[in-house]
Amino acid sequence: MKYRFAAAALATFAAGLPFSSQAQTEIQWWHSMGGALGEWVNDQAKDFNASQKDYKVVPTFKGSYDESMTAAIAAFRAGNAPHILQVFEVGTATMMASKQAIVPVTEVMKKAGIKFDAGAYVPAVAGYYTAPSGDMLSFPFNSSTTVFHYNKDALKAAGVDAIPTTWPEVALAAAKLKANGHKCPFTTSWVSWTQLESFSAWHNVEFASKSNGMKGLDTRLTFNTPLHVRHIENLANMAKQGLFVYKGRGNLADATFVSGECAMMTGSSALYGNIKRNAKFGAGIGALPYYPDVPGSPQNTVIGGASLWAMSGKPAGDYKGVGQFYAFLSQPAEAAKSHQRTGYLPLTKASYEMTEKSNFYRDNPGTDVSVTQMIRKTTDKSRGIRLGNFVQIRAINDEELEQVWAGKKSAKEALDTAVKRGNEQLERFQKANKG
Amino acid sequence: MGLVSYLINSKIFIEESTELEKRVLFKSAWLPWALVAPQLLIVLVFFFWPASQAVWQSVLSEDAFGTSSEFVGMLNFSRLWADSTYLNSFKVTAIFSVLVAGCGLAIALLLAVMANGVIRGAGTYKTLLIWPYAVAPVVAGVLWVFMFSSPMGVISFALQSVGIEWNHLLNSTHAMTLIVIAAVWKQISYNFLFFLAGLQSIPKSLLEAAAIDGASPARRFWTIVFPLLTPTTFFLLVINVIYAFFDTFGIVDAATQGGPGKDTAILVYKVYFDGFKAMDIGSSAAQSVVLMVIVIALTVLQFRFIEKKVNY
Repeated sequence: MKYRFAAAALATFAAGLPFSSQAQTEIQWWHSMGGALGEWVNDQAKDFNASQKDYKVVPTFKGSYDESMTAAIAAFRAGNAPHILQVFEVGTATMMASKQAIVPVTEVMKKAGIKFDAGAYVPAVAGYYTAPSGDMLSFPFNSSTTVFHYNKDALKAAGVDAIPTTWPEVALAAAKLKANGHKCPFTTSWVSWTQLESFSAWHNVEFASKSNGMKGLDTRLTFNTPLHVRHIENLANMAKQGLFVYKGRGNLADATFVSGECAMMTGSSALYGNIKRNAKFGAGIGALPYYPDVPGSPQNTVIGGASLWAMSGKPAGDYKGVGQFYAFLSQPAEAAKSHQRTGYLPLTKASYEMTEKSNFYRDNPGTDVSVTQMIRKTTDKSRGIRLGNFVQIRAINDEELEQVWAGKKSAKEALDTAVKRGNEQLERFQKANKG
Repeated sequence: MGLVSYLINSKIFIEESTELEKRVLFKSAWLPWALVAPQLLIVLVFFFWPASQAVWQSVLSEDAFGTSSEFVGMLNFSRLWADSTYLNSFKVTAIFSVLVAGCGLAIALLLAVMANGVIRGAGTYKTLLIWPYAVAPVVAGVLWVFMFSSPMGVISFALQSVGIEWNHLLNSTHAMTLIVIAAVWKQISYNFLFFLAGLQSIPKSLLEAAAIDGASPARRFWTIVFPLLTPTTFFLLVINVIYAFFDTFGIVDAATQGGPGKDTAILVYKVYFDGFKAMDIGSSAAQSVVLMVIVIALTVLQFRFIEKKVNY
């Protein structure tokens, strides 16, 4: 009985095998989307696979962004790289510099014979992944930006009627929350991203020279201006008074907002899905706070998130599949669906218009904040920040700012040191990549 | 790492042969080589080959994908010496290693002595003490972070009620305490096992004779048990120092990520961060070569000086 079953299974398997392997080319896709976002990625692959017969996109979760990048680098060195790799925004300069390892989007589309219009994409997003020559290098898959999350219930209980939009208002609201017995009035995740990088673009000042590194590898950090010092000093004073509570590096603070421990937080717009599902209070999203006396502010914020890179060294026919997949993701309906589901920024202008027409923003207040912060005419100072060794630079900023929150260093001292240490990283990157 | 394990392995081999007073003489020239070949092969493939790779990469400058690679000589090393934060992490590592090895050995010895005296339920007690060894370093780190996280963690809550505001995110002493506790907790089981085995091999007759002569338990411990345990203690000291130097980056990554500032960024954590997070392979390789040299030197020193105090 057992044998017969096994034999039958084998026969079915053998019969099915040549059929499926001949007909379809597999496209390996390594990503870092866990939980609800992992389901989203799998659904996209499933929908694409169902939409045509020649290619099968196989998504594989490879751990966090840095883990999947390490895995892909190891795989590339061994000649086993995936077709598509999702890389976080701080890895962009590294990928761009590795010209032999990647295939630009423009080239993928040319190989696939698909007409490609870079102008269809949201400029503030696509611009970040476009080379100075105008070639789009990676596919802007999931982009987020920095926003201000607040707990409506906590603010109301503390008697804060108007949602704070400026930093002085945030400090006032935090003081009221504290007076009302709140232990953590304000916190932030991604300290460097929200308080230095996006902060710079939002106030239309440079974070680094050469248009924040977009115009060349000989860029150097400039985030120790009086405005930056003033802001970090302001936060340090808030920390001293218990108005700002530091909750750790990376996205560690996110959980403290979702649990209700902290009442206000600056963080990623992509936290929207998590808050919607898990927060047991009324949550709202506002624009990133700013200093109203700074001319030209608020400008626009910078993006985070990740993009898709096609890796080199695959059979020419495979890129046709990659190109078709990119085209599939760019369809207005598909892109609009993703935007509404995840809280990531819309990919194309058409998908944004479609979402607006469907009254999604009206029915889900706050979801348009990230979009309106990004869909603006950008300046050379605000277009985006693209630096080599960015992972180290962010770690340096974490380290130096922790000294400020702990009261060991002044804001000026810490920012000066961070700029100096960060510039050493930029010099190294420039030399290693023959900038 | 490879060299060190090799040193230890060969050392143990010699220990055993002298202890047993057995000497085997081979007449054929190739047979002894053939017999040690499997061991040599393993050492070469798994220890010397990776170590030589690290040395080679430490003199190269490569982009992340290895598509361009350039020989830069000692540049990766000279950059390290120019970096004041790197020099500071030597101090951090020294403090961390001394604390981990010291506390780990002391607590494990205490537990082993107690467990050795237990008659009823000894098996259960011992098994429970061995459990932490099966926990992965990252998990150990996360576990302790949960207990110490303010304001909800069990321990930080308890500390708060006695007036201590625990904050390992901004207080360096708290952060160091946290990673030492996690690292020690994980290693205690290993130390415990060896100490217990060592204790059980101490002849009962010696202890009984001393007891009859009126020696107190403390005196019996310091004059008989502890000296007879020195081979075990010495072996564990070497192993624990290597553990603190190499195997603790997972704990640091999960618990403090080297912060606040760089106050818990031990050498091996920086190797891990630069190599696996920041993709700076040349610098990471140079750092691991430095680390390798330090541990080899420490091990040689330990064998030279501390071993003289060991009674085999």
